[in-house]
Amino acid sequence: MATMTIDGKNLEFEEKLTILEAAKRLQIKIPTLCYNEHLAPYGGCRICLVEAASRSAPNRSRLVPACTAPAEDGMVVTTGSQRVLESRRFVIELLLSRCPESQVILELAREMGVEPDGQNLDVVGHYLLHRAPRREVTNCILCGLCVRVCQQIPERYALSFKDRGITRKVTPPFERVAESCIGCGSCAYVCPTKTITIEEAD
Amino acid sequence: MKLKPEDIRLIREKYASVSAIRSGEGTRGKNIDLLVCAGTGCVSNHSLKVKAALIAEIEKHKLQDRIKVVTTGCNGFCANGPIVVVKPEDIFYQLLKPEDIPHLVEEHFLEGRPVERLMYRPGEGKPIPKMASIPFFGKQQLIALSNRGTVDPEKIEEYIALGGYQALAKALTEMSAEQVIEEIKASGLRGRGGAGFPTGKKWEFCRNARVVEDGDSAFAKYIICNADEGDPGAFMDRSIVESDPHALLEGMLIGAYAIGATHGFIYIRAEYPLALERLTQALEQAREYGLLGERILGSDFSFDITVSKGAGAFVCGEETSLIGSLEGKLPEPRVRPPYPAQYGYMGKPTNINNVETWANVPHIIIRGAEWFSAIGTDTSKGTKVFSLVGKVNNTGLVEVPMGITMREIVFDIGGGIPGGKRFKAVQTGGPSGGCIPESLLDTPVDYESLVQAGSIMGSGGMIVMDEDNCMVEVARYFISFTQQESCGKCTPCREGTWHMLNILEDITAGRGREGDIELLEKMGRQIKETALCGLGNTAPNPVLTTIRYFRDEYEAHIRDGRCPARVCKALITYSIDPVNCTGCTACAKNCPVACISGERKQTHVIDQDRCIKCGMCYSVCNFDAVRVE
Amino acid sequence: MAVEVTEKLQSIVERYKSGKSSLIAVMQDISQEYGYLPEDVLQEVSRLIDVPISIFYSLATFYSSFRLEPIGRKHICVCVGTACHVRGAAKIVETVERDLQIKAGETSMDGDYTLETVNCVGACALGPLVTVNGEYHGKMDQKKVTRLIKSIRQEISENQ
Repeated sequence: MATMTIDGKNLEFEEKLTILEAAKRLQIKIPTLCYNEHLAPYGGCRICLVEAASRSAPNRSRLVPACTAPAEDGMVVTTGSQRVLESRRFVIELLLSRCPESQVILELAREMGVEPDGQNLDVVGHYLLHRAPRREVTNCILCGLCVRVCQQIPERYALSFKDRGITRKVTPPFERVAESCIGCGSCAYVCPTKTITIEEAD
Repeated sequence: MKLKPEDIRLIREKYASVSAIRSGEGTRGKNIDLLVCAGTGCVSNHSLKVKAALIAEIEKHKLQDRIKVVTTGCNGFCANGPIVVVKPEDIFYQLLKPEDIPHLVEEHFLEGRPVERLMYRPGEGKPIPKMASIPFFGKQQLIALSNRGTVDPEKIEEYIALGGYQALAKALTEMSAEQVIEEIKASGLRGRGGAGFPTGKKWEFCRNARVVEDGDSAFAKYIICNADEGDPGAFMDRSIVESDPHALLEGMLIGAYAIGATHGFIYIRAEYPLALERLTQALEQAREYGLLGERILGSDFSFDITVSKGAGAFVCGEETSLIGSLEGKLPEPRVRPPYPAQYGYMGKPTNINNVETWANVPHIIIRGAEWFSAIGTDTSKGTKVFSLVGKVNNTGLVEVPMGITMREIVFDIGGGIPGGKRFKAVQTGGPSGGCIPESLLDTPVDYESLVQAGSIMGSGGMIVMDEDNCMVEVARYFISFTQQESCGKCTPCREGTWHMLNILEDITAGRGREGDIELLEKMGRQIKETALCGLGNTAPNPVLTTIRYFRDEYEAHIRDGRCPARVCKALITYSIDPVNCTGCTACAKNCPVACISGERKQTHVIDQDRCIKCGMCYSVCNFDAVRVE
Repeated sequence: MAVEVTEKLQSIVERYKSGKSSLIAVMQDISQEYGYLPEDVLQEVSRLIDVPISIFYSLATFYSSFRLEPIGRKHICVCVGTACHVRGAAKIVETVERDLQIKAGETSMDGDYTLETVNCVGACALGPLVTVNGEYHGKMDQKKVTRLIKSIRQEISENQ
């Protein structure tokens, strides 16, 4: 039987568990975007970063993604420290800079105390939300959930990533409607920012 | 023919003359080997034409019984190629052209008078005939590169003649797997790919990992050689593979034996066609001799290697990405833990090491951990290979003991800065590293000291910069590189580096604002904290270190709209000095936007409104009449 | 329109099916054979080895060395690795872009020239470096590269 602590609360567990799953059991909420409990975790959006210290190095805590980091015996996790809150703000500011029209991202940002027109933005926040250029108008945060669901649930592989880095986008092969798409709507269902919509084909 | 351990010794004895002549201890006067460098650098400088000319001349004078022409891999002194070294005399000839050869052969080999005109000459000084006396070579200590310039990389028998595969024989016949690991641990060898993790410990983790019996791959454990060498400006691994591929294979064989792996991969960059060719050949030769395959050297140990080519993605140098690429997936880094030692290729325990790390292994096994750990410093044992490039006289590949100072490398071995220019900085660690300024030139080169100075050892790229390089522009360049290579999986790297690039482009274009330096520092630190992999969390380093040591340059761009090094186009003007201008019209003729006017023999004038700052006029003027301010 | 399953294509497929090569190697083999990755060939191979086309598309667009469009008769690469950069590679790129009237990453309309920047070919001591169809030209500057482009243009027009 293993034991770990999250925000001062203890949890006993036997099976393999991620920090996010352990937190859920303790009813501790950690924000997520690219996570879906039915799909293999991705660890890409970085909004779920928490501070974790292992038993062997209790004074050296690291920032780890809760959705993929394994819970370990003797681990001490903090989900609300200054370090965690700053990282979360940074990530949400980056996403809001990318998708200022997304209500979902705006909501999440407000929950974290980030007001785009507010006075409490630091120099980074101010730049990202007031000065930074925008590459394209989109609500897609490249979380990859649509790609993963299409691969793992109906297994149709109708969507994938094109290109890499900042030019990356989600698209069917060769940017035409995928032949393998069966119109199940799973991609629209899992999309956290409601970017994907289902239309009637003529 | 499958070799047995004693066959290694027999082959070495059979080819003893090779070793004798190449080491310079050979019978004097009698037989001569002419070692022609055929590394990528020299070959593109037509060294193979020089080789053909040598063969033709030697046959013409009927000297072929006494004089042999041998092609070797990279000597490391790339800027001075094509190179031919005469052994056993150790006479070094450089910058050769095919038309030099008839005179060379006649004077040196028929008249016994080595040709001074073709030797190395430091600046205006006297020529230095012997290779070992040339400071570039004399101050180096070769371990990973021991055979460079000496062995013909296409002949396995020569590798064996020079002592090759002895270490493998010793490991398989006299040592247990655990003993091999202990020896590597005791040596203090640390990963040469950049992270500097203790190699022996890494092997031990993999050896002790539980073997997963399920799954769809046939082998219990894997080893991988990372030959992706993505850092621009670094060509250490390319050199090792081109010059001495068997050193890599032997190191991997010993490692596989120690770890208990039965299959290995070499992941090599597609941009290295010659290295790939030499490697493929070496693998075939090793297989023919039974040094790869079943029951090697008559032992129970079986092992073989597959070569995989990269496809142009810097992120593949990151070990979990590399594994993803080998598996045919998108090379997106994975969160660690689990580490590859426990869960790697196809979910099996996998050990990845860099080319240079593997190449050190046979030497440690033969000469012992004590010998190796006596070289270098307390925490950084052995030697390191560096590619010394950029604004330096003796550009090339050097291997030096850890602890040597940066100053010795740049000035004693590198011969200082060309054109009488002033040294400004040396960049180590590639896009993940930082700049070392003049004030820190006496920093010893070892893992910890470089980290303290704000940089990292990295894989070995050492880029020298002078007064004509703008450090803000250098920072922009590096971030632009990592930005292009970012895989796009995680938000901080994908979005964050793009923003940092935009800010730097603003600054170099004269649009920087007060507070931008602080902005870059804060954003850089945040990206380092939150990015998923090594690419993202080191991408801000070049920006942060140039701010640390060259803040004044940033401030000049932002506050004064000035680029002190006169590089950033938006902040400089080109003009013609009437004192030096002879009216030769070369600039006007070459100006792509025809913005220079003037009659023949009259001072020419640049129309500033139309000038696009391309620098063509500066480049074609032979009278030093174009000013850049 | 179905693509001809040549012997070469068949052997590429066989190697993959027998586990002797990865998807990346398959795409490298196709590139070698056709000079680039034609969409219809990828669709056919996808069918033959039963791997979804979206996977191919993802890989083909991720890696720099894969291209989905054919390259020009003269493939010009300017190295912009750090060593070449500090010696002025950026100006060389600009010069070639101006001379050929295309930007790095593009192919000319007539299909004669493709210009690319590449991140280090490992011949740093000879920088700045330009390669044309794999042939290395070292110690370049703006003057020399203008001459090089002129000679390539001449070659192309002589072969018309």
